[in-house]
Amino acid sequence: MQFPEPLFTRFLKPLVFVCAVLPAVLMGWGVWQDSLGANPIEAVTRSTGDWALRFLLLTLSLSTLRRLLGWTQGIRLRRMLGLFAFFYACLHLTLYLWLDQFFDWGGIWRDILKRPFITVGMLAFLMLIPLAVTSPKAMLRRLGKRWKTLHTLIYPLSMLAVLHFWWMKDAKSDVSEPLIYALILAALLGERLYQRFKA
Amino acid sequence: MMIKQAPDLTENDTTPYALYQNRRAFLKLLGGAAILGTTLPSMVWAKSGFSTDEKPTDYDDITTYNNFYEFGTGKDEPAINAKTLVTSPWSVTVDGECEKPGTYTLEDILKPNPLEERIYRLRCVEGWSMVIPWQGFPLGNLLKRFQPTSKAKFVRFETLADPKQMPELKNNVLDWPYTEGLRMDEAMHPLTLMATGIYDKPLLNQNGAPLRLVVPWKYGFKSIKSIVRISFVEQQPVSSWEKANAKEYGFYSNVNPEVDHPRWSQYNERRIGEFSKRKTLMFNGYEDQVASLYSGMDLRKYY
Repeated sequence: MQFPEPLFTRFLKPLVFVCAVLPAVLMGWGVWQDSLGANPIEAVTRSTGDWALRFLLLTLSLSTLRRLLGWTQGIRLRRMLGLFAFFYACLHLTLYLWLDQFFDWGGIWRDILKRPFITVGMLAFLMLIPLAVTSPKAMLRRLGKRWKTLHTLIYPLSMLAVLHFWWMKDAKSDVSEPLIYALILAALLGERLYQRFKA
Repeated sequence: MMIKQAPDLTENDTTPYALYQNRRAFLKLLGGAAILGTTLPSMVWAKSGFSTDEKPTDYDDITTYNNFYEFGTGKDEPAINAKTLVTSPWSVTVDGECEKPGTYTLEDILKPNPLEERIYRLRCVEGWSMVIPWQGFPLGNLLKRFQPTSKAKFVRFETLADPKQMPELKNNVLDWPYTEGLRMDEAMHPLTLMATGIYDKPLLNQNGAPLRLVVPWKYGFKSIKSIVRISFVEQQPVSSWEKANAKEYGFYSNVNPEVDHPRWSQYNERRIGEFSKRKTLMFNGYEDQVASLYSGMDLRKYY
């Protein structure tokens, strides 16, 4: 399947962009209107984390869709979706550093060392940085083959991101939500393994 | 045991007339003229030395941000789902090491116990807190009536567990019924409250109607909701959270900024409605009243 080329570039791609910005806009609006419930800071912190994870999974799904449905255009959305994952991860981290810890670096460092769910979350974010930095086309050209190797980081970092969510929720015995993300990630990674060993 | 009066008591703790009027309405709601008749002498509400003069949290926040897993694990879910809980008629089974076991109706439990207002801090193990104006009566007054024997070393409480009324029981997030426990001296402590109302209104279902425990120096999950069973026992009971994860949730679960939860620090807390965090106080600020209960105990071991 393919969309007509003008429809894809002039309409669909901008639409995806707008949709991807929308959660952030709605969160901002919710904060402004005080409609996010009793604990808006927690709500926004969790929501930005959710969206970072969702965009990671969406980014990973595009090549799977190409292989399964023959939809090659989707790959051209990958950079944008990946950068949105980074965008929401940045918001998520900033909210933690600012509104949860109030830039108490000692406390943050202790958190990273002592709390496994913070440790893996932070690791996932650190791994995301080089991917965002090398996302421009010029970097792709400069790095050549190494670019592709570097960007396989998305596999371990996605697993760490799901683990971060899992371990956070597990504290209150409720892993039903992270389980959904874990299953989708397992399907996306499983498809890649299948393709590899099928050949 | 000496119970010192809380230092933060002010004139604000006296009851404004409008509130007094509301309470009259509330009592009528509770049980009609007959009960009202018997409780009239106690209607001048006891001015409680245990109340804080901190600004109470908004009623909307108290009633929409809840942990009540029988109605869903999201904070907003109990307010939406708990409508199916039937709180009238209600009865409580009392059993175990006591002289007067039996099944008591809610009216029977409330009748001899004049309600008083207690404005307490509530600190959740998750790192947030509220200030809640409860109406209720000291748990000790109720327990004495059942005449616990010398074998009664602990009190165990159970929440209702009815899949017809509680949709989320089918998810085995916890081992239902929700169970909590207190040591006898904790249960008899004058701060320990059986609550029936918030802000002079009967408890809403999501807040644990019609009868719930409030132990203000312990993390919120100890304050068990919608109680249907009280048992006097000799052995320390295992609470639901302890059963689910003993390394993270101990039997005592006293608020303690020095002892971290394994997954997060308990050093500070976000008071609902506030932007900055505040430092968490030892025993949630009730150290003067309750520290003596735990003298000589290693609070890192007995968390």
